[in-house]
Amino acid sequence: MNAKASSAGFGRQTSGPGLRLSRREFVAGAGALVVSFALLPRLAAAQAAQEVRAPVLPGSLKDTPLLDAWIRVDADGTITVFTGKVEFGQGIKTALVQLAAEELVVGPARIRLITADTSRTPNEGYTAGSNSMKDSGTAIMNAAAQVREILVGMAATRFNVPADSLVVEDCRVRAADGRNVAYAELVAGQSLHVTAQPRSRLRDPTSRTVFGKALRRLDIPGKVTGAVAYVQDLRLPNMAHARAVRPPSYGARLRSLDSSAAEKMPGVLKVVRDGSFLAVVAEGEYQAIGAMRLLGRGATWDETVTLSPKTDLYAELQSLPHDDYQIRGDASASAKAWSVESSYRRPYQMHAAIGPSCAVALYDGGKLTVWTHSQGVYPLKGAITELLRLPPDSVRCIHMEGSGCYGHNAADDAAADAALIAVAIPGRPVRVQWMREHEHLWEPFGSAMLTSAKATLDAQGTITDWQFDVWSGTHSSRPGQAGNLAAAWLLQSPFALPTPKPIPQPEGGGDRNAVPLYDIANTRIVHHFIPKMPLRVSALRSLGAYMNVFSIESFMDELALAAKLDPVTFRLRHLKDTRAQDVIRLAAERFGWNGFQQRESGKRLGRGFAFARYKNLGAYAAVAMEVDVDRERGRIDVVRVVAAVDSGDVVNPDGIRNQIEGGIVQSLSWSLYESVAFDDTRVTSRDWSSYPIMRFASVPQSIDVHIIERPGTPFLGTGEAAQGPAAAALANALASAVGVRIRELPLTSKRVKAAIGV
Amino acid sequence: MITLNVNGHTHEVDADPATPLLYVLRNDLKLNGAKFGCGLGQCGACTVMVDGEAVYSCLTPILLLQGRSIKTLEGLGTAERPGPLQQAFIDEQAAQCGYCIPGMIMRAQALLERNPSPSDEQIRTHMNAGLCRCGTHMRILRAVHRASKTMQGAIPGAKRA
Amino acid sequence: MLKNRVIEPIEPVKHTRPWKIILVLIGALVIAMTWTMDRLASFASAGSPPPGTDATYDQTLVAKGAWLAAIGNCNTCHTASNGRTFAGGRPLPTPFGTIYATNITPDRETGIGSWSASDFLRAMHQGIDRDGRDLYPAFPYDHFTHVADEDVNAIYAFLMTRDPVRAKTPANRILVPRPAISVWKALYLKPGPLAPDATHDANWNRGRYLVDGLAHCGGCHTPRNVLGAEKEREDLAGGTVEGWRAPALNEASPAPSLWTAEQLVAYLRTGFDAAHGTAAGAMAPVAHNLSTVPEAEVKAIAVYIAARMGASAGARATAAGNAPDGQGAASGERSAGGEDAPPADARQAKDGEAIYRTACADCHDGGRRGIALGYSTSMTDTTPANLIRVTLDGIHPREGEKGEVMPAFRGALDDAQLASLIAFLRARFSHAPPWQDIGGEVAKAKRERESEDRKSS
Repeated sequence: MNAKASSAGFGRQTSGPGLRLSRREFVAGAGALVVSFALLPRLAAAQAAQEVRAPVLPGSLKDTPLLDAWIRVDADGTITVFTGKVEFGQGIKTALVQLAAEELVVGPARIRLITADTSRTPNEGYTAGSNSMKDSGTAIMNAAAQVREILVGMAATRFNVPADSLVVEDCRVRAADGRNVAYAELVAGQSLHVTAQPRSRLRDPTSRTVFGKALRRLDIPGKVTGAVAYVQDLRLPNMAHARAVRPPSYGARLRSLDSSAAEKMPGVLKVVRDGSFLAVVAEGEYQAIGAMRLLGRGATWDETVTLSPKTDLYAELQSLPHDDYQIRGDASASAKAWSVESSYRRPYQMHAAIGPSCAVALYDGGKLTVWTHSQGVYPLKGAITELLRLPPDSVRCIHMEGSGCYGHNAADDAAADAALIAVAIPGRPVRVQWMREHEHLWEPFGSAMLTSAKATLDAQGTITDWQFDVWSGTHSSRPGQAGNLAAAWLLQSPFALPTPKPIPQPEGGGDRNAVPLYDIANTRIVHHFIPKMPLRVSALRSLGAYMNVFSIESFMDELALAAKLDPVTFRLRHLKDTRAQDVIRLAAERFGWNGFQQRESGKRLGRGFAFARYKNLGAYAAVAMEVDVDRERGRIDVVRVVAAVDSGDVVNPDGIRNQIEGGIVQSLSWSLYESVAFDDTRVTSRDWSSYPIMRFASVPQSIDVHIIERPGTPFLGTGEAAQGPAAAALANALASAVGVRIRELPLTSKRVKAAIGV
Repeated sequence: MITLNVNGHTHEVDADPATPLLYVLRNDLKLNGAKFGCGLGQCGACTVMVDGEAVYSCLTPILLLQGRSIKTLEGLGTAERPGPLQQAFIDEQAAQCGYCIPGMIMRAQALLERNPSPSDEQIRTHMNAGLCRCGTHMRILRAVHRASKTMQGAIPGAKRA
Repeated sequence: MLKNRVIEPIEPVKHTRPWKIILVLIGALVIAMTWTMDRLASFASAGSPPPGTDATYDQTLVAKGAWLAAIGNCNTCHTASNGRTFAGGRPLPTPFGTIYATNITPDRETGIGSWSASDFLRAMHQGIDRDGRDLYPAFPYDHFTHVADEDVNAIYAFLMTRDPVRAKTPANRILVPRPAISVWKALYLKPGPLAPDATHDANWNRGRYLVDGLAHCGGCHTPRNVLGAEKEREDLAGGTVEGWRAPALNEASPAPSLWTAEQLVAYLRTGFDAAHGTAAGAMAPVAHNLSTVPEAEVKAIAVYIAARMGASAGARATAAGNAPDGQGAASGERSAGGEDAPPADARQAKDGEAIYRTACADCHDGGRRGIALGYSTSMTDTTPANLIRVTLDGIHPREGEKGEVMPAFRGALDDAQLASLIAFLRARFSHAPPWQDIGGEVAKAKRERESEDRKSS
């Protein structure tokens, strides 16, 4: 169905130097290309009817099919690329620019990338789940390729030559006889206001110029020389500074307030109160902090006992009301003779972003603009509209970077605070900075989780039966709804915290990665979803995968021991997925698994291995680790880590390395030190002194990441692939070093000492 | 009014002398390098140099700084002409979110000005006061190590401070 | 541990009077006699055969030895800063030179792997090693001599079941020849157990047994004489260790308020008490070790020490209802800082009160962090050494552990500002007379820290 009529160039089989056909077939779209819906209504209707039957558009194009929603070429030659995803240190900005640059055949410096802004960019929901490359990367790559084809087609018409005789280079299209024209000249009016096609003519992976290269991050030079880079750096004219006075605990209510002292302080503009929501606005930032303290002293709160710190956290988890979802297997539990049974524990852990959340908001002429580092500006827009009871489309949320957030932290809450305060001082931008304690105490944590694993081995050491149960709270309470914003519960007319629903498989929440990738004949896997948790919980990087992979990969080692097989061999025997086998073999080989020496005077060395495919859909990661255990101090010294990862097609290998290295270090910090503490009323992990994390003294001597590249295959994401395997490799290495296995996170020195004994 | 010497320039600042340097740098002098991370001297995101020592700007009232020499990230170089440490951090791509990095660079600068060829152990110990939540530690250590070589001229063609 | 004090050099003998020569000869004779007696004593209890390589030890005994070794703080001295626990190598500065703590892991070549139980007992009780040589009393056997045989045996069982670490102890760099130790022992070593004191209960006696014996608190908390021995009549009257002041634990205790036994238990096991402060500097590892010890043992220590401090000024003040109110010394003064005080002025850059109000009060006055300074023993002690060190370098918990954090103000305050601040704090938060030469103390603290840094690099 090669359409020839359109001047836009789609439907032509074009080829020429610099434009070799890719492995993907070039398939014409379904029917004629619509130049503008407005101009050709009948055709538009036909198109719409055909689109119902048409194949799905790649990536986020399926929700935002118009090409000029993604790519604009301006008359002055600027190329602007729009994405609904956001940067928070994972390098996505750079990777997306690389993709666009590759397909548009321009230098990366020519591209200006605009990230999530509810007035300007496509709506791609949340930047979460390691889906940015899959969703936005795929969309931009295809959109850019299709834009290129359109421009080439236009040039062919203009020069009256076959399109396949044209060459594209650095924003110009050249004919064989030397005539050439700039992209900017070709583009006029609505030329790119066209619907994308399901397939694109992508550039040949073997001749890539920037896709697949370790292009340096575009944002780093500014960040190391003091540029305005974060929402924390935003300064608007006439901007005021605000601080919220947070309640001392969940469920606390403001009984009385004497704000007279705070109001008299120099620079104070206003005290904002709505029910138990309390904030103060001042001209200067330090003035706002002083006023916040004073206002806090003038407030009395009624607190309620809501927490039970003395109870065994895990016994409590099992006793809370829960909904059971059997996600694998259809048999009910039967009493089997299990070869090995173990259960594992993980406490609440926190994002604890290094930069506490911040937002700037301006309410002017009935319109509210919020600058925020939220991972989802579109859902946030809806939540804030609901929270403030504003008419639809009166809120605009613009993303500016914050520090790394690692999931749903307090970014949306800071935005909500800023919005509430901004409407109290219309016409002036107001900046709200959360304090360290606010962030630690009020952010949504990673849920406490309990797992139970049981399996049977046959005489050959093959797993025949497998049962896995996981108890967890929600891993998603993102706004969305106003009731998911911390400020919403405090208002005079509050919003209730919505009852969460589990994220369905195959992605999952608490049950993410609860299904092992291994080939096992009989499995039964049940997710016990706890809708109401005592502490506030939501998405923390990798969600349930961290704990489920920790559990499953620790359990695999226990089974390997029972089967008297090497842990790596044991895993390979249960995998048919060749990409999984490849990462496992590569990590083991580069680590020197088989030749590992365990004897060295005065040291207790051990080696540990773990593997997972994130969500069983995403990146494959295998981690091998060497540790040295100091028995007297109970200290696990991570000597070196070797990882192998397969993320599909690689846009920026250094970006992948950076994310895996960082994911490993972060996971080691969670796994060695971190657990949220609380008493009967409030959380007590309020700062770094009461919630210690890894420091330079304890990072490994080396972390080596080896990447298996798969050109032309789908993007699999990377950011959350290493956390689970690193945790399990650590526990397995400890067992290897001192012969004891710890199944409760974190593996603190006290626990290690107690497990080893005197 | 307090007179502050920042990166070699004199500034008359009309702020309460009790104001921590961090807020004066960011709000009065519009310098973005030093960041608010905790306000408690626990994380190092706010680190600047005063008279050659690494200092928590979130806890240092400007009252203490009259006549003393303050150096911030902006004083080490620009995007067009980065200083050796800044260049080393770029070369090692030593950043994920990058929020802790200015504090890390200033802490490292204080070390290298005092001890131009620190051992890896010394770098680790000195940098220990700085927190990084993204796990960029390995690259940060490599960048400091790299900068120490540059600053000693060990790498040919490298830029000097 | 020998006290850090300057010893005047002996003047070279030039035109010697005859009576001076006779004195020197008598001194040499004394040394020879005591050395001979000492050698005879060691010969009488010669080293026994080494334990077999497959020797086993009762697990209950080993567990008991573990906590006794924690009370004894063996790991603190016998571990180098980057070394394995008990493998020795840590330099201990003394006025006579540097001594290196030995490897007490059961490595046969470089540790105590070939020591028998009686060898170990002889070292602990008499200060003699397996080869019969005198040990320098930096190893506090003048305290360990009071430890019961069964407790020493438990520690032996514990040490012999540690991982052997091959680590040769560096040679000492000490000016005093070993034979001279015999004189020291003759004068200061009082071997044997302490007789129980029937006027006190079992808990107090257990406490004294631990304090005077294994815990060797006097090793830091008692002043020393010119020969580096603890002054017996000033037991627990305060001392110095590696620059830190170990305050008096007897009636001379400078604590502004009473130490109850409960508070002491909390302090010794967690490193912090809200009414007294944090176990910082050289005390931090002690608290860390005691956190692993059965509470009953720590209670005994606390009961004894609390009794020793019972007559202190702070205890009496509390009894009279005059303890600090947390805002300042018990004189009813309004606290510094707060909203009623006038704003700081640029001209007050060197003014201690202004510095306190702008750099310290936010945490210490507001109850946000740390202790109210009126309670701190550092304010009332004979020297500002601890206060200066904590202000310069802060207080930090161990890697990965929770604990109070006091940030370092080293670069923020210049020397003059620090001295002003210290002087102000002393005046504001104690009734004690002003410290002399604070500037000199600041310089000394900085010098000592620099030399520590140099040694560890």
